[in-house]
Amino acid sequence: MEIQCKTSKEISGMGHPMKRKEDARFIQGHGRYIDDIKLPGMLYMDIVRSPYAYAKIKSINAEKALAIPGVLAVITGKDLEKYGLHWMPTIMSDTQMVLPTDTVMYQAQEVAAVIATERYIAADGADAVEVEYEPMKPIVDPHTSLDKDAPLLRPDKPGKTDNHIWHWEVGDREATDELFNKAEVTVKEQIYVPRIHVASIETCGCVADYDKIENKLTMFMTTQAPHAIRTVIALVAGHVGLTEEKIRVISPDIGGGFGGKVPVYPGYVIAIAVSFLVGKPVKWIEDRSENLQADSFARDYHMTCELAADKNGRIQGLRIKTLADHGYTDAAANPSKFPAGMYSIVTGSYDFQTAFTEMDAVYTNKPPGGVAYRCSFRVTEAVHAIERMVDRLALEVKKDPAELRMENFIKKEQFPYKSALGWEYDSGDYHAALKKAMDIIGYDELRKEQAEKRKEGKLMGIGISSFTEIVGAGPSRHFDILGLKMFDSCEIRVHPTGKAIARFGTKSQGQGHETTYAQIIAEELGIPAEHIQVEEGDTDTAPYGLGTYASRSTPVAGAAAAKAARKLRDKARKIAAYLMEVSEEDLEWEPGKFSVKGAPEKSKTIQEIVFAAYTNHPLGMEAGFEAVHYYDPPNLTFPFGSYICVVDIDNKTGEIKIRRFVAVDDCGNIINPMIVEGQIHGGLTQGLAPAMYEEFIYDEDGNLLNGTLMDYLVPTAVESPHWETDRTITPSPHHPIGAKGVGESPTVGAPPAIANAIVDALSHLGVTHLDIPITPFKVWKVLKEKGAAG
Amino acid sequence: MIAQSFDYESPGTIAEAISLLQKYGDEAKILSGGHSLIPMMKLRFARPGYVIDINNIPGLSYIKEEDGYLKIGALTRESEIEHSGLLKSKYPIFGDVSKLIADPSVRNMGTIGGNLAHGDAANDHPAAMLALRAEIVATGEGDQQRVIPIDEFFQGFFATALKPDEILTEIRIPIPPEGSGGAYHKLERKVGDYATAGVAVQLMLDYGVCTYIGIGLTNVSALPLRASRSEEILLGKTLTDDLINESAQYASEDCSPSTDLRGSEEYKRAMVKELLIRMVHRAMDRAVAE
Repeated sequence: MEIQCKTSKEISGMGHPMKRKEDARFIQGHGRYIDDIKLPGMLYMDIVRSPYAYAKIKSINAEKALAIPGVLAVITGKDLEKYGLHWMPTIMSDTQMVLPTDTVMYQAQEVAAVIATERYIAADGADAVEVEYEPMKPIVDPHTSLDKDAPLLRPDKPGKTDNHIWHWEVGDREATDELFNKAEVTVKEQIYVPRIHVASIETCGCVADYDKIENKLTMFMTTQAPHAIRTVIALVAGHVGLTEEKIRVISPDIGGGFGGKVPVYPGYVIAIAVSFLVGKPVKWIEDRSENLQADSFARDYHMTCELAADKNGRIQGLRIKTLADHGYTDAAANPSKFPAGMYSIVTGSYDFQTAFTEMDAVYTNKPPGGVAYRCSFRVTEAVHAIERMVDRLALEVKKDPAELRMENFIKKEQFPYKSALGWEYDSGDYHAALKKAMDIIGYDELRKEQAEKRKEGKLMGIGISSFTEIVGAGPSRHFDILGLKMFDSCEIRVHPTGKAIARFGTKSQGQGHETTYAQIIAEELGIPAEHIQVEEGDTDTAPYGLGTYASRSTPVAGAAAAKAARKLRDKARKIAAYLMEVSEEDLEWEPGKFSVKGAPEKSKTIQEIVFAAYTNHPLGMEAGFEAVHYYDPPNLTFPFGSYICVVDIDNKTGEIKIRRFVAVDDCGNIINPMIVEGQIHGGLTQGLAPAMYEEFIYDEDGNLLNGTLMDYLVPTAVESPHWETDRTITPSPHHPIGAKGVGESPTVGAPPAIANAIVDALSHLGVTHLDIPITPFKVWKVLKEKGAAG
Repeated sequence: MIAQSFDYESPGTIAEAISLLQKYGDEAKILSGGHSLIPMMKLRFARPGYVIDINNIPGLSYIKEEDGYLKIGALTRESEIEHSGLLKSKYPIFGDVSKLIADPSVRNMGTIGGNLAHGDAANDHPAAMLALRAEIVATGEGDQQRVIPIDEFFQGFFATALKPDEILTEIRIPIPPEGSGGAYHKLERKVGDYATAGVAVQLMLDYGVCTYIGIGLTNVSALPLRASRSEEILLGKTLTDDLINESAQYASEDCSPSTDLRGSEEYKRAMVKELLIRMVHRAMDRAVAE
C-alpha cells in the first residue's frame, strides 16, 4: 500500500524511508555500550553462581580467593543482610534474593560477588571461592508444584503454605461453560509455549559510580526504563541517604533489550552497594552464559485450550486454563494490575460470543521471570493459543483455515469493537490483510499443489496466522508499574537558528528512535528531521517516562512528541500572526511555514518564526521555543496482520524447509517504512526462533541442559527464510498521528504461522498439534509413530 | 567465560615449538586456529599453563599435489580449503566439509590441522579423512617426521596418536584415480552446530563397479568411525539400490550414537542410514561426472 507523505524529502516527516541517524556511529563501531565505559579507579565484579537448582548453603570460604593478588573483597548474602539489602522487591511485588543467606533456588543463581582490580582477576577470584552445598530435590515440573508432598519453596513469605503465587481469571465462566455444554463442535488441545530467553547480543551490565563527597550515585546501566530505575533505587536505598535527586541513571547505547533489560538483576544491586561502601566505580558485565542461564526468562505457559463452534465452523466460545511457571519468584515485568499481562487479547481477531480464561502461577526451582520478550506482556502466548486453535477447528469441521478465518473475523464496520474479554479494539480490517497475504503468496494454487504432493507422498504445509496485537500501555486509569502511571514524555527545545533537541522518557535499544521521533517532530513543525537531535536515557536531562518495552514508544512517547510539537506550532502561529500583522485565523499551515490565506506570497518559515521567538517575540508572550508533553493514552492500539508460511518437509530426516513466508502487517500510519520493515524482519526471525529452535530444557535435577549458545539455538541469517513483507494501513483513530506499535507484531504473529504450516503438512496423518519448537527430530518421531517415515 | 591465567609462547620454528612442548609437557597446548581450544579455555574446561601459538611458523599453510599425494599444510584455514580452486575442481568432498564447519568467521581462523589434532569425533574432517584414507604427518624432535595412517590416529576422547612432543604438520591423501568421487553431509540443528550425524563417502567406479570405497561417520561414536562392514559389502560390486541400502543398514547398526538434545539414539542411527544412502549417490554422480 502506497504511503502518502505530507512533507518534502528535505523535511522527511512521516512516511519517508529516511536512513537511520544513529547508524553512522553503530556501523563504524562507535556505539557507546555499557562495557565501553571505563572510569578512573574502576573496580570489577564477578559473580559466583550455584551449580545446584535447590540447595542449602553450608559454608562459603573466601580464603583462597582473597589470597589472589588484586582480589579486594568477597561479598555474600550475610554481608548484605547487615544493610537490609539481601532481598529486593520485584516489579510484581514479589521478593527476590540479591544474594542468598542460606538457600539457593535455581541453578546459576548468584551466591557471592568478588571485587577485584581487574576483570580477569575477578574471574579467578570467583573460581577460587569455595562453597559447600547440601543439595535438595528441586521442583522442576510446574505440574508438581502444588502436590501435597512438594517442598515449600518460599517459607520466607509469611503465611505461605504452598507454591501457588496467584490465580487470575477474566470473562464469563458460567456463560462460557453453558455455551460449551450446548455447542455442536468443540475442540481441545494442550499447548505449551516454551521457556525461552531474549538472548540479546549485548548482555546486561552496569557501572555503579558513587561519589562520596557529593553523595551522588551515577548508575550507568543496561536498562530499558532508566527513570523508573532511578525511582526504585531511591525507594530501596533512601534509608542510607541516597535520595532521588542524588541518583542519576544513564542508559547508554543498548545492544538489544527485548524486555530482558526491564528487570533489576541482583548484579546491579550488588554493584551499587559495593560502590556505595568503597566510594569507587564498580563495573559488572555478565558473560554470555550468565546472561542465558540466570537472567529472566520469557513465556513458559502450559495452556489447556478449548474452542466451541457450530457445525459450520462459526466460532462461538473460548475457554483456556493456564499453568504459568514463574521460577522461584514472580519477576515478570507486567503492569501492576495485570499479573498475566495482556493475555486476555486471546480472543484474537475473531468475533466471540463469550470467553473465559483463568490462570494459576506457581513457583519452581528455575530462574525467575517472565519478561515480555518482544511482546506486549504475554501476547505471544495468547496469539499462539488462538491461532493454533482456529486451525484445529478448521481441521475438525473440514474447512480451509483461510475460509474459516474470513468467516469469523471481526468485521471492519464493527470497530471500535468490544471484545468478549473486555478490550476495546481501536481499528482493524482483518479481511483485507488476509486477502492481501493470500494474493501475494498465491494461496489457491498452493492448496492445489499440496493436494498433488500428497498423492505423491510428499509433505507440504501451508500455515496462516491472523493475529491481533495490543500495544501502547497504557491509559493511566488501568496501567502502572509500581504505582507509576504508564504515560510517557517528550520535551522539545528549538534553538534560535531553528534546529532542535528533543528528549524522551523512553530508551531505544535498536528501534531507531533517534530517527523516527525526529520524523514525527519534522512532520508537525516542518523542521528537517536531520536537524532534530533526539536524546534519551539520561535521567538528569530527559523528562520522566516509563521506558521502552511492549511496543509502547510510538503509541505513547511518539504521541507525546506530536503533542509537544503541536503546542509549539500553536505558539508559532501566534508569532507568525504578529510578524505578518494578520490575525491567527488568517494563517494557513503547510509543513515548514505559515502563509496568509489568499496571499501565499506572504509567509514566514518555521525557522524565521523560531528566530523571532528569541529575538522579536510579541509583548506578553514568553520568549523561547520549548514545549514538553506528558501523554496519557486514551486507549491501547491494536496492530494486526496476516502471515502465511509454506513449508516442505523431508519425510526421511524430518527436516523442515520454509519455502515462503509472507507477512502483511498493519501498524496504522507509518513513520518510517524502512525502519518498520527492518523491525518486521528482526521480529519474524525472533518468531522463527521459538517455532523451530529455542527452548530451555532442564533435567529432573533442575540442571539447564542448554545454557550456552552451542545448544540454545538462536537462529541466524542462514536459518531465516526470505521474508516477504507488505502492508495495509488502518490508522488508529485515537492516536495523534494515527500510528500503532509494530516492533512486536512479527514476534507474536510468526510462531503460529510456522507451527500451523508444519501441522498442516502432517494433518492427513492424523496430527492435530505439535508443541513448538518443532524440530526435525520431533517431526521424524511423529512420522515414525504414524508409520510415515520414509 | 574468562580463561584462567596462562603464559603465551609464539615460536618461529617447529624445532622451537617442539622444545617448548618438551619443556612444559602436560601444561602446554598448541594453539592453531583456536576455535576449539579457546572456547574450552573460556569455559575453564581446559586450563593450560602454557599456550604455544604456532601461527608464526612459516611454511605450514598450503594445498598442493605432489608425489602422488594431495598435501595440505596443518595451518591451512578452513576458508582456504573452502575456496581452493584445486579442491573445488578435483576434491569436492572438501567443499562439502568446510562449508558445514561453523560459520565464515570461524572458518577464517580454524585450521584443518587443528580440526584433526583436537581428536573430537564431533568434528567434520575426521570422517572425510577416514573416507579418503589420509595419512597424518607428525613432526617431532630434530624435524623427524612420522607418518600415521588415519585409522591409527584417533585413539580416544580428545586423544590422538600424536606424542606429547610432536606437532601435526601435514595431511596427505593419495590422489584418487580417475572415476573417483566423494561427498559429505551432516545434519545439524542450525549453522555452527556439531553434527546430529554425518557421513563421508569416497568411492571409485570402474565401469559401474566399485573399486574403492571409504566411509567415515561423524559424531555417532566415541571416536571418528570407519563404517567397515558398509565398505566391505560395496567393494567390488555394482552399486544397486538394494546393496546401498544394506550398506547403510550396517552403518546404522555399527555406530554407537547416544541420545542427547540433537535426538535419540534411534533417530541418529536412522539418519546415518539415510545420509549414507544419499552420500553414496552423490559420490557416484561425481565419480561419473569426473
